[in-house]
Amino acid sequence: MSVTTVPQQQEQENYLTAGYSLQSWFLTYDHKRIAWLYLASITAMFFIGGIFAALMRLELMTPASDLFEPDNYNKLFTMHGIVMVFFFIIPAVPAVLGNFLLPLMLGAKDVAFPKLNLLSWYVYIAGATFTIYTIVAGGVDTGWTFYTPYSTSSSQTHVVPVVLGLFITGFSSILTGLNFMVTIHRMRAPGLTWFRLPLMVWSLYATSIIQILGTPVIAVTLMMAGLEKIFKLGIFDPALGGDPVLFQHLFWFYSHPAVYIMIVPGMGVINEVVTCFSRRSIFGYRAIAFANVGFVIFSFVVWGHHMIVAGQSVYSALIFSILSYLVGIFSAIKVFNWTATMYKGSISYDTPMLYVFGFQGLFLIGGLTGLFLSALGFDVHVHDTYFVVAHFHYVMVGGLVMAFMAGIHFWWPKMTGKMYPESIAKFAMILVFSGFNLTFFPQFVLGYLGMPRRYASYTDEFQLLNIMSTAGGSVLGLGFTLGVVYMVWSLFYGKAVNSNPWKATGLEWEKASSPPIVENFHETPIVTEDPYNYANRDFIKDFPQELSKEVNARA
Amino acid sequence: MPVHSDHAAGHHPALAHHFQDLDQQKDTTWLAMWVFLATEIMFFGGLFLAYVIYRSTYPDAFAIASNALDVKMGLGNTFVLIISSFTMAMSVYSAQVGKKTNLIAFLILTLILGGTFLGVKYFEYKDKFEHGLVPGRHFDFASHHDPKTGAAIEHGASSSSHGESSHSETGDKKPLREIQIFFSLYFAMTGLHAFHMIIGAGLLIWLIGLSAKNTFSKEYNSPVELVGLYWHFVDIVWIFLFPLLYLIGRHHH
Ligand code: HEM
Ligand SMILES: [Cu+2]
Repeated sequence: MSVTTVPQQQEQENYLTAGYSLQSWFLTYDHKRIAWLYLASITAMFFIGGIFAALMRLELMTPASDLFEPDNYNKLFTMHGIVMVFFFIIPAVPAVLGNFLLPLMLGAKDVAFPKLNLLSWYVYIAGATFTIYTIVAGGVDTGWTFYTPYSTSSSQTHVVPVVLGLFITGFSSILTGLNFMVTIHRMRAPGLTWFRLPLMVWSLYATSIIQILGTPVIAVTLMMAGLEKIFKLGIFDPALGGDPVLFQHLFWFYSHPAVYIMIVPGMGVINEVVTCFSRRSIFGYRAIAFANVGFVIFSFVVWGHHMIVAGQSVYSALIFSILSYLVGIFSAIKVFNWTATMYKGSISYDTPMLYVFGFQGLFLIGGLTGLFLSALGFDVHVHDTYFVVAHFHYVMVGGLVMAFMAGIHFWWPKMTGKMYPESIAKFAMILVFSGFNLTFFPQFVLGYLGMPRRYASYTDEFQLLNIMSTAGGSVLGLGFTLGVVYMVWSLFYGKAVNSNPWKATGLEWEKASSPPIVENFHETPIVTEDPYNYANRDFIKDFPQELSKEVNARA
Repeated sequence: MPVHSDHAAGHHPALAHHFQDLDQQKDTTWLAMWVFLATEIMFFGGLFLAYVIYRSTYPDAFAIASNALDVKMGLGNTFVLIISSFTMAMSVYSAQVGKKTNLIAFLILTLILGGTFLGVKYFEYKDKFEHGLVPGRHFDFASHHDPKTGAAIEHGASSSSHGESSHSETGDKKPLREIQIFFSLYFAMTGLHAFHMIIGAGLLIWLIGLSAKNTFSKEYNSPVELVGLYWHFVDIVWIFLFPLLYLIGRHHH
């Protein structure tokens, strides 16, 4: 066998057993422990955001606004959006999986700036604290987009602390991006050239560039909005001479690229999982690598498609519309290449791979409806309806959350040294997938029929579809809750695994133990081959369809 | 924690455990600094964009407003900063050739110049406060006279629809709100810049402390170089701010 299986000495110290005190966790510089800090925090935020979603869906079961006053409903969707976007989706893959994996994938002992890495988690927590404080103090009702002048002049809610919280959180994102980018440039093991990098690393690199260039713009925009609110400055409020469209331009200059901060790392995860469970080298490595670069460039020039009805000239709208179509090309490259990778592969249907299928299907729907929305006429028709809500949930939840779930299952044995219970995991996956579709597919129809978003009440004819959506939401919630339960369970009772239970390629699998030691590798690995070289692994022939069986046999 | 380092023996005290050697560490921190400056450019960029848009939308109001700034103080500060850039460059040079006394002396000089800049800024801001030029409820441009025409600028004559500032050539009725926007941007931009100066001053003090402890040598001086880079960047921002805020449109008529 050409596979190097790192000897697994039972009593050997790893990063989890290297210290048990609170201090060893909260003052750690180890990127792997920092990944755990993030995992715990974003999971908490996900459930907070989820509670808001559940309350909204409850309200929307009936046409009248009976559970919440419209004002409170406004606060619900605002807080839901803020928490989910800024505190869950944006950090999810980079801060958790990226932190854990990047140095391992590069053959490095740590990221370039371990202290900065820890700092960025504390900055995140500081930002989250402000946001939670706002929830407790009574919430915000501006929508997660903070459109001016409503947010700076009319809204009587706690805009300033939230804006401050997001301003702070932005720095966490910038610091992570900076750290990753420099790490990728400077910390690669000998022999690990750019075109030998795992595609996950390329994705994280692209994401970092967007974080670095985009986040400061939103930070300064929110700063101006906050100052305007406090001092009545009149930068964005037309009544004071300012220009609200300027706010939208600045906001979407970040927030459109932010969509790629959310989705590109997810695609990185998909690359790794697809090749492993198809037992084939990835199809079109360079095309995918460059597609990431394409995302970076184009993500910064299409922001205007969010402002098609916001009073820009027809010509700008047309240009933004055309440019938006171009972004579709890069997604298409990736989706086609994944499909080609699976073609004639020996596919095994373990949970991570099931999530990849989920991702493929849902992201495709999300992406295609995005093309509809890029068409001027159609956008005018469905603007601010549930069609848009369905679209972005298909992209964000159907895309990124699926990818995140795929990744967390795939690398769970590496992170913990334990295997999660495969059949329960598959069951939860099916709950999530079907719950998701039941929740959001009806919303396409609702939007197309004209139900506007952001209202606590609607006309009777929409009720049936809304009930379906709410029912789906409960199934979805159940699926996620089950996920957390069995993951925590497996920490204690899961079967122990060897260093490479999936028989995957990559430094993290082939050169590091599960869980890795504190400094990741016993000696700096030297890379001599291209990534995903599954053809050169002897085990390709006898790869078990159900890896869990083998794991059981071993334990 | 166990130390699994293959380079543990006899390495430089400033070398962090996860780097192979000082060169790698230096390259890494340099790259990080440049990337950081890229984020800074984007950060200031948002404000510059807002400035450019409003300057072109309300040229008259901006010209009047910028006439209320104190060019002498601005110009003086520009010189102070340029000199401080020079002394900072000298600190970096002294560090590279390993001259400790010179290094400390130039760092202190830079710190003093930076402090001077902030002192002048303080008096400038104080002046604006006293004259009611701080945007907000108490904004008051009425007591100000258009330095060109001598006419008082009146309250309430603002045109609130944008793109339609007053075209009055005599300058007797000027849109107060648009003037306020100028001052909003003035405070936001110079305030952010001053904040960067304060951080820079903190970094200088830190460097002075380190140099006194003999941390730097010909081989290891990247902190000095990096702070130098930061300091020059902050200077360059000012080089853009000064003409934009103080000079353009001064003789506009
Ligand atoms: C990772 C998961 C999720 C993310 C990132 C996310 C994100 C968002 C965002 C950004 C908004 C827009 C808020 C606004 O209009 O200002 C939103 C709205 C909404 N979301 Fe989610 N969401 C997620 C999960 C869910 C789930 C699981 C449900 C339901 C069970 C849900 C139900 C809703 C509803 C009902 C709205 C309100 C739409 C409106 O009235 O405008 N979301 N979500
Ligand atoms: Cu967009």
